[in-house]
Amino acid sequence: MERIEVLKTYKIFIGGQFPRTESGRYYPLKLKNNMTVNVSLSSRKDFRNAVIAARGAFSGWSARAAFNRGQILYRIAEMLEGRKEQFLEELKQLGYTPAAAKKEVEQSIDRLVYYAGWCDKYQQLFSSVNPVATSHFNFSVPEPMGVVAILADESSALLGLVSVIAPAIAGGNTCIVLASESKPTCSITFAEVIATSDVPGGVVNIVTGNRKELHSHFSSHMDVNAIINCNSEKDFNKTIGENASLNVKRVFTWNKNWSDEKEQGPYFITDLQEIKTTWHPIENIGVSGIKY
Amino acid sequence: MTYDFRQSPVVDQVGIEERVARFNTRSIKKGSKVQALKLALNMIDLTTLEGKDTEGKVTQMCYKAMHPHLALPDLPSTAAVCVYPTMVKVAKEALKGSKVKVASVSTAFPSGNSTMQIKLLDTKLALDNGADEIDMVISRGEFLKGNYNFVFDEIAAIKDLTHKYNARLKVIFETGEISTLDNVRRASDIAIYAGADFIKTSTGKIGVAATMPVTLVMLDAIKDYYFKTGIQVGMKPAGGISTAKGALQYLVMLHETLGNAWLDNKWFRFGASSLANDLILQLEKEAKGVYFSKDYISVD
Repeated sequence: MERIEVLKTYKIFIGGQFPRTESGRYYPLKLKNNMTVNVSLSSRKDFRNAVIAARGAFSGWSARAAFNRGQILYRIAEMLEGRKEQFLEELKQLGYTPAAAKKEVEQSIDRLVYYAGWCDKYQQLFSSVNPVATSHFNFSVPEPMGVVAILADESSALLGLVSVIAPAIAGGNTCIVLASESKPTCSITFAEVIATSDVPGGVVNIVTGNRKELHSHFSSHMDVNAIINCNSEKDFNKTIGENASLNVKRVFTWNKNWSDEKEQGPYFITDLQEIKTTWHPIENIGVSGIKY
Repeated sequence: MTYDFRQSPVVDQVGIEERVARFNTRSIKKGSKVQALKLALNMIDLTTLEGKDTEGKVTQMCYKAMHPHLALPDLPSTAAVCVYPTMVKVAKEALKGSKVKVASVSTAFPSGNSTMQIKLLDTKLALDNGADEIDMVISRGEFLKGNYNFVFDEIAAIKDLTHKYNARLKVIFETGEISTLDNVRRASDIAIYAGADFIKTSTGKIGVAATMPVTLVMLDAIKDYYFKTGIQVGMKPAGGISTAKGALQYLVMLHETLGNAWLDNKWFRFGASSLANDLILQLEKEAKGVYFSKDYISVD
């Protein structure tokens, strides 16, 4: 007897779980093998739920040892490597050539390893001891901003997603990502990778849906601290900028070619950091009597 | 009027749960939602009952009770604050000139394990300090032993005292400890017939606090008593209600069980501390049209 293949239901990823969109809405996505996937058309309420999850996860994630965050990012890379074949197949169904699919997956894995290494290093490079004219020990350190909303690159199924999630969480932030609307399937499979990589629930939340509908909600929510748009729509960016002013969110347009090796670096991490400066009332702290 | 508490009606648990599930499907939006959120805020007994309470903390909480969120000027105050007897004076002073009442727990709260003499003194202390309302606990051990007369008598004795001071009496069952819905119904009948002005679910000091099924059983007891005597008794679910959505579901249940006459903080209260901030969060969202952040709301 011929076996009926069991196909995956593509749901969304909020707080470490895979709910369906609360709106019950879907949009059809035709794959290269002529199968049609029903992809969740997420609503503003899904986004709100994701923000609650991300806010809840923030204190724990940002308080983790930086080294431990590095271990977890590396673990994501390990899991992705282990499920390479699945991603290659999914990318092909989204229209990637075998060569392009292989490059996309391998670059994604490498990028995760790259940012895993940065987790406990950017702090040294971007901290400073500042000379001041009073009897204080004055120093500045980067701290994570909080909840970051991300509108992922429309043109990339996996690498564009990984390239923004990795620097955000490497720096101790939590995030909500709207996946590429035309290439959403890989993002949900990537969520399965995250769910099995010791990433605490709520640190990464991935929703699928329509950027036109959601960009204003992503940018207006008062409990979001930064927003990144990886696409170049001028009118969206205008709305995002206006809405972000409500609570002075940091706004970034990262419209990059992510397959370029240059589009990775510690500055993607520090963009999502605030600098805290401390004035510590100590006079002489060095053997030489130097006053900083 | 005589009433044999062994004959209290038994509760159909499945029926209660089904009915509660129905309440939770009601959709309240826009103007009605704002009205309900404000009503819920106005029904809160803002509570601090901790060993670490200080005069400063109580004063701060009283300010919050009078002015829940200054950025929205037309918000109501909460109904009352709820504190330990020793903090009543401080609260009374801080709330001077406002409509916010001072409720005090008493009778060896939260366990209720003490002698009647001490329970009366405890209550008298709160009343002498100026408490407008007394939240007493029943002796759960005696209740579970079947010693219903004991429970009835202790409630009646405290009621005697509060009545002299013109204070209202809330009776806490600690429903998490008396476990079954049948017991909840029986405790409700005992308290109501002994003269309780309010019946209240929980102390907030154990894991299981107010739930909707328990509250519905208590509302049913209030309803039956009202039909029999024409006397209104208040209801106060306490503990575990921390979201605006949850509070609105309680209000729906209240409205559909007891009707409009109870939609007032004279007859219904929420015992809560973090609920106020979630209500403010939702009210801000309704006012500004965007989801709000707790960064802009005072913690205490």
